[in-house]
Amino acid sequence: MGLTLAEKILSKRAGREVRAGELVVVEVDQVMVVDSIAGSFFKRLEQLQATPRFPEKVSIVIDHVAPAANVEVAKAQKEIREWGNRHGCRVFDVGRGICHQVLIEERLALPGGIVLGSDSHSTTYGGIACFGSGMGATDIALAAASGRTWLRVPETVKVTFRGSLAPGTTAKDAALEMIRVLTADGATYMSIEMHLVDGAESLTRSQRLTLANLTVEAGAKCGLVVPSGEILELYPIPEWLYPDQDAVYAKQVEIDLSTLTPRVSVPFYVDNVEEVAQVRGKKVDQVFVGTCTNGRLDDLHEVAAILKGRKVAPGVRMLVIPASSEVLEQATADGTLLTLLQAGATLGTPGCGPCMGRHQGVLAPGEVCVSTSNRNFKGRMGAADAEIYLASPRVAAATAIAGYITTPEELEGTHA
Amino acid sequence: MPRVWKFGDSINTDDILPGKYAPFMVGEDKFHTYAFAHFRPDFAPNYQPGDILVAGKNTGLGSSREYAPEALRKLGLKAIIAKSYARIFYRNLVNLGILPFEAPEVVDALQDGDEVELELERGLLRRGGETFQLRPPPGFLLEALREGSILEYYKRHGKFPGETP
Ligand code: SF4
Repeated sequence: MGLTLAEKILSKRAGREVRAGELVVVEVDQVMVVDSIAGSFFKRLEQLQATPRFPEKVSIVIDHVAPAANVEVAKAQKEIREWGNRHGCRVFDVGRGICHQVLIEERLALPGGIVLGSDSHSTTYGGIACFGSGMGATDIALAAASGRTWLRVPETVKVTFRGSLAPGTTAKDAALEMIRVLTADGATYMSIEMHLVDGAESLTRSQRLTLANLTVEAGAKCGLVVPSGEILELYPIPEWLYPDQDAVYAKQVEIDLSTLTPRVSVPFYVDNVEEVAQVRGKKVDQVFVGTCTNGRLDDLHEVAAILKGRKVAPGVRMLVIPASSEVLEQATADGTLLTLLQAGATLGTPGCGPCMGRHQGVLAPGEVCVSTSNRNFKGRMGAADAEIYLASPRVAAATAIAGYITTPEELEGTHA
Repeated sequence: MPRVWKFGDSINTDDILPGKYAPFMVGEDKFHTYAFAHFRPDFAPNYQPGDILVAGKNTGLGSSREYAPEALRKLGLKAIIAKSYARIFYRNLVNLGILPFEAPEVVDALQDGDEVELELERGLLRRGGETFQLRPPPGFLLEALREGSILEYYKRHGKFPGETP
């Protein structure tokens, strides 16, 4: 019997063949810590009376509340900088961007590697076939202190994306469709292994990161996209980094990209996915484009193409927050930003922005937001009864122009 | 006597502790007072140490924030009985020394406000004259818990439970 991609990566690292259900202790390549749990992380290391075993393998990213929103946060972030200096660990400071995007850009997450993050969306690294998984402060501190972590080798759900994306749809729609099909606990403790075939290989790195990002919303431990297309040009891919033909899967699902329609995730659960047509006309107060799901250059390009020559609807606030300083720089250089600003969008510092309701665009009671992010839980972005609809950058842009949920095609009056 | 606080399916980490009440937003000494602040405001003010949390499917889905279960532990929580758990939350519970019992039938049998007694070590739950037997978590987790926590275990042995040095 062959091995899945997750089994391949963990076997390679364990130095022996391991299969779903076994416990392994493996070395990790990078331990990623975000600002909001850094304090707990430091405390746990103190309890262990330990310092990072390999300081170069620990990165701290100040992104969840950046710049600081109050004195508590400012103090915590000051401590991060001092601690980083003291221990020789990398600190990515305010403005560098969202943890996952930064680790990808810095090539600290690489195909075939293992990255543990103190953030649940660490599955994102799977977009480039890097075993990325999220854990809490204790596990992360143990990984920093020991250079290792314990894992149960996961069972695998195979998701095959077939064909080219239907006009008007994006990787985000494909990702939301996957979560709808699998449901919020459909892949708990499991690896989601994504195969792109019959045209889907052409999905870019950015689009693959979007797919892998959402896999945790089905409960997955990691979400790995089998290397193909652009990934083969961007990285050296070890020959063992493919699942075997006769690998054993717990479940198999197929998604036909050529018949996909624009999707939206309706409050208050991510797997509450409907067609945009189902909620068309819903009035919105805020539109947010950004996050580790959809804050990359190609996302901003999609938004600019729709906003060009138009204005954001009166009474709607449109926030655009690039995922990283690199994205911001490129979007400035190629004129994308000017288009967005002329349309009436507001720009934020690269980072998480209001994604988790702490600053820079928190919602008032009763408000409605369309967001390109990945979670719409109750109270996530502010008031408990504010509503968050998750959608693609295209749908977000069209919604900002119309003032209600819609698609660019409907704006043009070109929909069937 | 300890009571049951019963919740439904899909209690997420934003329900347990909204991101804006993270320790690094409101201070280490206060964050636990916001447990279930939006979702069930009567919880934190009335919770008594030893009270048991009972929940449905996919308990703890969402963020990796360990400070969500940590808030519950600070209030005095020692055990949760649920139908199933989200992965990161489960690890966090164990790491914090909160016992995660998985027992769908028991969850269905318990009502909010029930007065119960739980013998943690033996996994014995009593309600009036009734007794429920809970299945303990896997052995390697218990091995760590027996030493206090996984942190204590690692500090003492320099390795993880089950790891050959
Ligand atoms: S952008 Fe949102 S989902 Fe992504 S890491 Fe930041 S807070 Fe988490």
